[in-house]
Amino acid sequence: MRHELITDAVLVKNYMNGDESALSTLINRHKQRIYSFIYSKVFDRDITEDIFQDAFIKVIKNLKLGKYNEEGKFLPWVMRISHNLVIDHFRRNNRMPKFDNAGDFNIFSVLGDSSLNAEKRMIKDQVDCDLRRLIQELPEDQKEVLVMRMYKDMSFKEISERTGVSINTALGRMRYALINLRKVIDQNNIVLTN
Amino acid sequence: MAKLYSACPKKQNNLNPKEETIDFLLNYSKALSVIQCNNLKFEALQN
Repeated sequence: MRHELITDAVLVKNYMNGDESALSTLINRHKQRIYSFIYSKVFDRDITEDIFQDAFIKVIKNLKLGKYNEEGKFLPWVMRISHNLVIDHFRRNNRMPKFDNAGDFNIFSVLGDSSLNAEKRMIKDQVDCDLRRLIQELPEDQKEVLVMRMYKDMSFKEISERTGVSINTALGRMRYALINLRKVIDQNNIVLTN
Repeated sequence: MAKLYSACPKKQNNLNPKEETIDFLLNYSKALSVIQCNNLKFEALQN
């Protein structure tokens, strides 16, 4: 109760003259109003805490540097500093919007990193390499069709024109190429999965 | 009586900064000193 009798102006003056306990009294006297004011703008306890702290760091610096001239308006002055910091906060967030992923909607359900990690990439390279070697073992006519279809992305019509056989023959060669590949994979117990 | 469908605003009774924040500020204040040299003022944080 004794502190309430001392005005802000006197406390500020005492603080500027080196009385550290005056600051404690000032903070305790006004913390609730300033904190509530910031919270009413940002609705986040952690951000409020940060802004509250930054505001008082500014207050302390200005008082120590003697930049504050007492006109009996300590609280409005701190409020103004807090208000400016709140504006800075929103300005910064607009420039770089933050998604806190806190609600029901999970951003990672629609956003994913489809690229493989280092291990998966190595496995994939190995599988691709093994498959190419197996394809080399196929009979020439089947290999030709399979390479054109799978690696060159040609249609069976184009393949038949290029190889001079009918579409049905090309389809048949592709079928046998796959059957033979599976047979070789089964016989040698090769694992081609990622 | 018609039902109220709007969500009740959360009551925030304890709108006070954390003790740690206050302690930090008081310690910061104690650590900060301003050195005046001619017309220049330097801030020194003696932690």
